[in-house]
Amino acid sequence: MNLTAENISVTLGGKEILRDVSYKFISGKRTALIGANGAGKSTLLKVLCLLNEKFSGVVTLDGKNIREVGRKNLARVMAILPQERDAPQDTTVKQLVSFGRFPHKKFFDGNSAEDDAAIKNALELTRLTEFENRQVISLSGGERQRAWLATTLAQRPKILLLDEPTTYLDIAHQLEVMDIIADVNKKFSTTIIMVLHDINHARLYSDDVLIIKDKKIVAAGEPKKILSAQILSEIFNVEADIFTNAAGDKIIFPIKRRANIEL
Amino acid sequence: MRTIKFSLICAAAVAGFFFSLMNGSVEIPLTQIFGELDETKRQILMNIRLPRTIVAMLVGVNLSLSGAILQAVMKNPLADPHIIGISSGAGLFGIFVMMIFGDAGILVTPAAFIGAMLAATLIYILAWKDGIRPIRVILAGVAVSAFLGAGISALLIFYSDKVHGALLWMVGGLSARSWQHVEILLPYSIAGTLLTFLSARHLNVLQLGDEVATGLGVRVNLVRTILTAIAALLAASAVCVVGLLGFVGLIVPHTARLILGSDYKILLPGAAFLGAAVVTISDTFARTIFAPTELPVGILMAMLGAPFFLYLLRREL
Repeated sequence: MNLTAENISVTLGGKEILRDVSYKFISGKRTALIGANGAGKSTLLKVLCLLNEKFSGVVTLDGKNIREVGRKNLARVMAILPQERDAPQDTTVKQLVSFGRFPHKKFFDGNSAEDDAAIKNALELTRLTEFENRQVISLSGGERQRAWLATTLAQRPKILLLDEPTTYLDIAHQLEVMDIIADVNKKFSTTIIMVLHDINHARLYSDDVLIIKDKKIVAAGEPKKILSAQILSEIFNVEADIFTNAAGDKIIFPIKRRANIEL
Repeated sequence: MRTIKFSLICAAAVAGFFFSLMNGSVEIPLTQIFGELDETKRQILMNIRLPRTIVAMLVGVNLSLSGAILQAVMKNPLADPHIIGISSGAGLFGIFVMMIFGDAGILVTPAAFIGAMLAATLIYILAWKDGIRPIRVILAGVAVSAFLGAGISALLIFYSDKVHGALLWMVGGLSARSWQHVEILLPYSIAGTLLTFLSARHLNVLQLGDEVATGLGVRVNLVRTILTAIAALLAASAVCVVGLLGFVGLIVPHTARLILGSDYKILLPGAAFLGAAVVTISDTFARTIFAPTELPVGILMAMLGAPFFLYLLRREL
């Protein structure tokens, strides 16, 4: 499915966050949104799935304005993993993941075979099958993140939006989550759009990178081409070195803040 | 395990029903209820006990469901019908009518109902700003309730000769409730219960947070508004019939949640049965314990229920 943002502007509480942003997201690929805190990455992500409805401009899904698609229809093709979320104490992993089937059900529907298959599949993809009867609250941070990810996967989305999916996780669990996302993208050609903080994750785990600064997209394209020490210095005001690791991937290493930050 | 607990709650509701029918100033054993009854006892059973018991059950159901809805909709464990102004609105209007027209029971009920719904609407309007956020509802509720509460206090002071009746009503009681009250309550109970049960899935999803619910295709503002309206109708119908019975709407849904878990498909029927059981059993004790003096059920319920609730809380959390 083709997701396109056209002339998106957002003002929140009197402050302009995004100005006239347009972008055509590549179907079936992984796009990373990169930028400093407060640059408007998360806002753009929320506009794309109508979590933020107060924007000017149009977001289209296969040419159709998403405002006219309807929430439920939208939820059948697009899933979002937001940062703000909560679950009652006694919710089990399986119960949580089952909520992903909500948009596919009518009022009185019980679980169909398709629902069961989607739930089972989501648990397998996130390697949580053996935890399915555990309470979400008893899981470790990484497992919990996988459980929420599984909930979005149970939605069987064509487009999956992720808001900082690795925040608060240790390095191993960060990679685990990124691997699952890569896996889903490969197996189902799911379009992935994610806000990432770690520039190396963006470099290694995305096909397309959008750099947002000063309310606008300042650069976009293949991560290997555009993620340079210079860009890093421009968007984050840090100086960085670039190494080539054993696998031949270029790794960006921030060294220090740039001394002369223009105010 | 959960099935057993649920069955026990259902059994308690049925037991409460018969317990209430059997006990009072005249005792009517179960064998007589189902068998031969002399005329006096038949009159007592049909015209006093049965309607009062049914009112007790319906009030229990309405307040419990109302509280259960609000706890999910407001995402706050302290949410209950007070929070959306039901008690203060019903209180001010009900007591005003009582003071001005004397103990005119016929007018108190509709006035209290109107007051409850007006207060709930006012709070909702005040809390609205690009949609509804629970925290704003709660804070607007506190402010409006304080405002209306001042009105209640003023009325009580200006008409201090009539305070007794008003006080009884503020505590909440079931004495002399009859078939006409059943008729008032029943439509709200039936419609409210059906609508609430139909909303169980949405209530479950709302518990996951606004962003997750929205992502799953729920129109959060719309659902929250409709559910709050259902909760307001349920509570207002109960409060206008029995007065400001405060305890049930907060503690029964909590207790049901501690016993049955937070899946609303089970929690809602559980809370309804538990509410019916608690009110019928408490009312029976309230009218027999100091016979011939009747204690308002609100007092007894809080005295027995609060410690029990604390016990559950210490054990589970």
